[in-house]
Amino acid sequence: MAHEHKLEIFRGLVKFKSNVQKIWGVLIFLTLVTAVEVWLGIAKPEFLAKEYFLGMKRLNWVFIILTLVKAYYITWDFMHMRDEKSSLRRAVVWTPIFLVVYLVAILLMEADYIYTVFKEGFLAWNF
Amino acid sequence: MDTSVSTGTEGSVWGGGNQPLGASYGKLMMWFFIVSDALTFSGFLAAYGFSRFKFIETWPIADEVFTHVPFLHDGVDRPMYYVAFMTFILIMSSVTMVLAVDAGHNMKKSKVVLYMFLTIIGGAIFVGSQAWEWATFIKGDYGALETKGGRILQFVDASADNKRVAIGEFATTIASERVNHERQNGIWFYDGEALPSHSLVEVVAGFQATPNLLIRTEQINAEGEKTILNRAESLERIKGAVRVVEGANLIRNEYGSRLFADFFFFITGFHGFHVFSGVMINIIIFFNVLLGTYEKRGHYEMVEKVGLYWHFVDLVWVFVFTFFYLV
Repeated sequence: MAHEHKLEIFRGLVKFKSNVQKIWGVLIFLTLVTAVEVWLGIAKPEFLAKEYFLGMKRLNWVFIILTLVKAYYITWDFMHMRDEKSSLRRAVVWTPIFLVVYLVAILLMEADYIYTVFKEGFLAWNF
Repeated sequence: MDTSVSTGTEGSVWGGGNQPLGASYGKLMMWFFIVSDALTFSGFLAAYGFSRFKFIETWPIADEVFTHVPFLHDGVDRPMYYVAFMTFILIMSSVTMVLAVDAGHNMKKSKVVLYMFLTIIGGAIFVGSQAWEWATFIKGDYGALETKGGRILQFVDASADNKRVAIGEFATTIASERVNHERQNGIWFYDGEALPSHSLVEVVAGFQATPNLLIRTEQINAEGEKTILNRAESLERIKGAVRVVEGANLIRNEYGSRLFADFFFFITGFHGFHVFSGVMINIIIFFNVLLGTYEKRGHYEMVEKVGLYWHFVDLVWVFVFTFFYLV
């Protein structure tokens, strides 16, 4: 079953000659992203760790975005999603994304509400 | 060999000739499984996020919990270095897996064998590392006291830049009879909890006798660090302590919020179980490749299918790594 592989990443910015070469290229990229994440996690730069955006530290948003970037390249290049039909791609990717975003949004809002109840309600917990 | 009955209409649209997703049955089923498994993991991580947002001001800080690297016992904190290494190992084994899939497409049996073997080794290193991580987490580090309200009190040395202090370093030795309550002595063979290395009385007496010690609470301050009480507050707070906590189990842990250890065991455990089964499946496929099963079949799609599973396990770890260790 010889497959055709799409050998471009970053929307055609980087082109590889063979599938094997592309795999190593993606590995280098993923390693780089992980290294940046670990460095940020240890260094915690002030402008990211102290500032908030939409109720969360900017640093955490950076981590989540970098994670999604890594997830994209693992799925697209290691799992060969890039070479599948768009119908399969959409069925597999958008179904979980929709459900997870929905669930996470509801749960986090509810958790934030419970947090305020614990903080401001007549409830002793720190004894 | 076909597993279905031939009707002679396979070519037509309604006879199965239409392939809207353009993937074989086996691959499609693997994708289905991955989607449902992804939703399971998402459910766990969402529950973790729920509990964390609920206790956002008291949740343990991961870089202060995971600071150990195997074979290095010099007391230097190495936050997340080892987890980063584990992540790299898993990504690396993902690479060897995709190289095996690629070699399979080109019908190069010896290369598939080599890359499958390397993938199995990578998976084994990862599972081993995770077992070590669990052991370190369960054993604990400094020890702590728990108050009546279930809060964790940790200790720092004010004279040494508020460095953490283990309870064994300052606890006084008070002669007393402490006996482990074993199963054989219990009514209906119930045993008691294992005794901590120092009793509560010893730790409290040691704390009161050492003036440079302060209590570190679970509360996270505006600086994003755990609040340290002054000496007077510390002496007042320690009166509420009811037990010594060393290490972690499913009921309590010395790191802080009880749910933290529960989610750690549950989520990394469930992921570790996936890696373990992935290694087992890889071993089966590895032997099939060795035996030439896929060479005879004419294609290595089976390698591709286990490859999908293996990459998925890697994908989940990327998320666990972010939400457990980084965020």
